[in-house]
Amino acid sequence: MKISSLNRILLFATVFLAAYQIAIGIDQMDNVPIIAYTIAFGVILVAGLLLVILGFEVLDAPIVVIISTIIPLSLAMGLVWQHLASLRTSYLVFAIVGFLAVTVTRSITMQNKLPVFVIAIVHGISGMTIFLLPIIIAAKGEVRPGFAMVGIGGALIGMGGLLLSFLKTGKPILSKDRIMKLFPALLFLTTALFVAGFMYG
Amino acid sequence: MQAQSPIVNRQSTIGNKIRLYLPLIKSLQTSLLLLTGVAGYLSAHTQVNWTDFGQMLPSLFLAIAGSTILNMWWDQDIDAKMKRTHKRPTSAGQVTRDEVFRLGMAVSVIGIGWALMVNWLYGIVVFAGLFFDVVVYSMWLKRRTCWSIVWGGISGAMPILAGRVLAVGQIDLIGILLASAVLFWIPTHTLTFSLKFFDDYQNAGVPTFPSTYGEAVTRFAIALSSVIAALTMGLAAVWIGVTAGVLRVIIVLSAGLFFLAVTTVFRPSDRVNFSLFKYASMYMTFAMLLIIP
Repeated sequence: MKISSLNRILLFATVFLAAYQIAIGIDQMDNVPIIAYTIAFGVILVAGLLLVILGFEVLDAPIVVIISTIIPLSLAMGLVWQHLASLRTSYLVFAIVGFLAVTVTRSITMQNKLPVFVIAIVHGISGMTIFLLPIIIAAKGEVRPGFAMVGIGGALIGMGGLLLSFLKTGKPILSKDRIMKLFPALLFLTTALFVAGFMYG
Repeated sequence: MQAQSPIVNRQSTIGNKIRLYLPLIKSLQTSLLLLTGVAGYLSAHTQVNWTDFGQMLPSLFLAIAGSTILNMWWDQDIDAKMKRTHKRPTSAGQVTRDEVFRLGMAVSVIGIGWALMVNWLYGIVVFAGLFFDVVVYSMWLKRRTCWSIVWGGISGAMPILAGRVLAVGQIDLIGILLASAVLFWIPTHTLTFSLKFFDDYQNAGVPTFPSTYGEAVTRFAIALSSVIAALTMGLAAVWIGVTAGVLRVIIVLSAGLFFLAVTTVFRPSDRVNFSLFKYASMYMTFAMLLIIP
């Protein structure tokens, strides 16, 4: 499926936003959040470029499931490290084990439901962390209200993940064409909300 | 029918000539090489000497364009045999060989002469680029060995070195690193083309990596050269003293390049190969923009 000019522009805009966040938006943070956010926005940056080059077919590659796990895991890692000091080590262990579990279950052919179960757990926990943590701490006044935008971005990317997951299981909520048409806008909006959330939070 | 005035005729002739001459300079390739020259100059992070900078742009442009035109003049017979290039004005017979030679020489002499007048060392580096490209690569080695691309690469690396030399007044380590990055990036481009247009090169009798060493070795060479290009660019960026944030972006872009390079070797396909080539081009453009501020 050919990418329209508008979607190409949106993908390039996403790439530049991610590059901005990596280069400027996360300065002054501790090392671990810097590394975690660099990985998360780095995957978005490279994914945006690959979508421009290869088109939407790149999303059909089996490795996409593994790579796309990196974004929520590392984003949530950065958030937990910054705002939930007591859970730092536990979440770090969860992130490493979760990523390895997804990699292993997606690399070996399995007849049971384990790969789906692992994906659901890993995406579920990290996704809920990205969605709820910024909104809760913004509501409590621990950070500026603008930080809640990170949570909204988390909800949007979670929605995108759900649409793609249902598509892959053969029970699509929207048609593949429609999802692909919406995907660049969704990715751009998500990245813009993340960047704005960190900037004004 | 009313006869057109001599002035109108002359304008239309000039317009036609420009239309025929424009494809001879390969505007995209020339622009990218010119951009590397600009990046080389601005990478020095010194006070911009606008007189020098203002003269660098046209002199470098003319030298690059001149060498491209002379290449087309020399390779006219090869271009005519290849599907990819047989419609070029030179091979399609729209311009005569002598005309292309005269144009190439005129543009080159003006470009090199101007460069030498701006700064002798800068001029020598610009001349080296033209000499390696036209004489060593095209005239001497291109029809003899597939390793000619190394010399084509060295020539392509000269604009960024020239820009750097003009800014700092000498050939320094950063300049050599930047030139090396371009040198190793160029095989990603040329080898991908040699795979994609394998039959074309065979028909024209031009030795290439795929025809000499096979597809697997060529894909490995593409992957290796792109990884070395990324590492060299990263090293140059560190030496230039870019901010930690910019360095992080370069590392991320390099990781993407590395991922595609590994995929090219272990899961080879034309599609992955072509995407590595496209990504490497984007990588180089972004890297050039990142070392400027």
